Amino acid sequence: MSWWQYAFMQRALLGGVIVGVITAIMGVYIVLRGMSFMGTGIAHAAFGGVALGLLLGLDPILTAMGFCVLVAWGIGFVTRRGALKEDTAIGVWFAATMAFGILLLGLRQGYNVDLFTYLFGSVLAISPADLKGLLLIGALVLGVVLALYKELLFVTFDPEAARVAGLPEGFLYYLLLTLVALTVVASIKVVGLVLVSALLVIPAAAAYRWANDFWVMMVLAVVFSVVSVVAGLLFAYALNTASGATIVLTATAIFAASLALAPKHM
Amino acid sequence: MFPWLRRATSTLDIPPDVPAIEVRDVYVSYNGHPVLQGVSLTVPQGSFWALLGPNGAGKTTLLKVIVGLIKPQRGTVRVFGRPPEALGPWRRALGYVPQHQRVDLYFPIRVKDVVMMGRYGMLGFFRRPGPEDWRAVDEALERVGIPHLRERPLHALSGGERQRVFLARALVTQPKLLLLDEPTAGVDVAATQSLYELLRDLHKSGMTVVMVSHDVGVVTQFVDSVACLNRRLVAHGRPEVVLTADTLSDMYGCEAVFFHHAATPHLVVRRHPPEDAS
Repeated sequence: MSWWQYAFMQRALLGGVIVGVITAIMGVYIVLRGMSFMGTGIAHAAFGGVALGLLLGLDPILTAMGFCVLVAWGIGFVTRRGALKEDTAIGVWFAATMAFGILLLGLRQGYNVDLFTYLFGSVLAISPADLKGLLLIGALVLGVVLALYKELLFVTFDPEAARVAGLPEGFLYYLLLTLVALTVVASIKVVGLVLVSALLVIPAAAAYRWANDFWVMMVLAVVFSVVSVVAGLLFAYALNTASGATIVLTATAIFAASLALAPKHM
Repeated sequence: MFPWLRRATSTLDIPPDVPAIEVRDVYVSYNGHPVLQGVSLTVPQGSFWALLGPNGAGKTTLLKVIVGLIKPQRGTVRVFGRPPEALGPWRRALGYVPQHQRVDLYFPIRVKDVVMMGRYGMLGFFRRPGPEDWRAVDEALERVGIPHLRERPLHALSGGERQRVFLARALVTQPKLLLLDEPTAGVDVAATQSLYELLRDLHKSGMTVVMVSHDVGVVTQFVDSVACLNRRLVAHGRPEVVLTADTLSDMYGCEAVFFHHAATPHLVVRRHPPEDAS
């Protein structure tokens, strides 16, 4: 039997591709706005959310989604009020929510068998229900990004000018944070929360080196990301290595090649 | 209910006697540090102003207060008689050119698309730019003299060219009031001169122009009024009347002499009491 005939491998590929597409798209906004650390922060906050869900007996992913959206809004709020710098706010939340998660897991009786799945992902254990959830989030991200393409472009390029032009810049900022939080949490089952920020940043950063148009950067980031996921999964299958790590290292190889070969020197 | 959902209508009937800008007793402070202390200023329609002052004088802050980016702790701001956050359909009458060094100069975008952003506010959500909008982009590029750069990526431009792109973005809605923050920063001398000439032409075509500058010299040849700012308004009026030794010393906190000879005005700043009068 060939690798592509296994149902788990088909689900892994489909799930991986959806994750690759949505992380690449949100990653373009994150890289261009200089918010790379935000992805890392939200991913680590997901740990607290997952732990909360496990402790309360709720769906860990759904709980983490709600939790991360609130954390992202909180970081955005203190940053926009000028109370704290963005990286300071993330630095505080990132550690606090991790600690909160560890504390909660300590309260939970018994062996935390699921924890490893959320930390490092298990793309080969994606269930049909997981796939449905991923499709839903994927449709939401794609729908919003297509519908608000020009508005999100303007606030990403020049938020102040966008506000003066009359765009609801604050609303669009929180919308972007919400989509990033949903994308991150939806992806942790596949690549794990430790590595999800890599998929947000690396394909977009590689695409940035090549693109002279915003939409080209987005398309290239998606292509780099999907190639990394598919090639990474095949390498992982062939070499019997950890799937999330193999995907991220494949993406890193594409980034290194872009750094060396791309025409845009800076 | 949702004004940004509608496409703005094209007619703007702003009464000509209403001041373009009216700032009354504005106070702004950041973390307890005062930046603007009781600034009042009226800019009539059709005038050409330079807002002068040293670094940290609050020039950029005042401009941001006028366009509604910063809400003053005290005082009122009116643009065409309306609060800047409630301009409604008159918002497109306001053209704003922020300091262009703030944006990512390697952002993947072409000149035509940067200029088109100026139309997004009046386009409304979910609407794609149409032929009318692209015509406005071409006209704006023509007006600032860079139609040949239309397809260029932003990162392949010089400082002066880039500044014209941001000027074109502000002009693409055919504004009545143009506000520029340090438009000549990072622009070479020749390009600075031609940028000022361009602004003078825009002013002559009936536009109110207000530009922030720390260049007390050349700019005063072009404008009809200056406002000297150093947290409070030191003086304002016609440049040759306002720019006296007393004003400049108030503004810069040191002895300064401003004089015209030949074509270019000069500013001489002295840190010590004068040793010989000349």
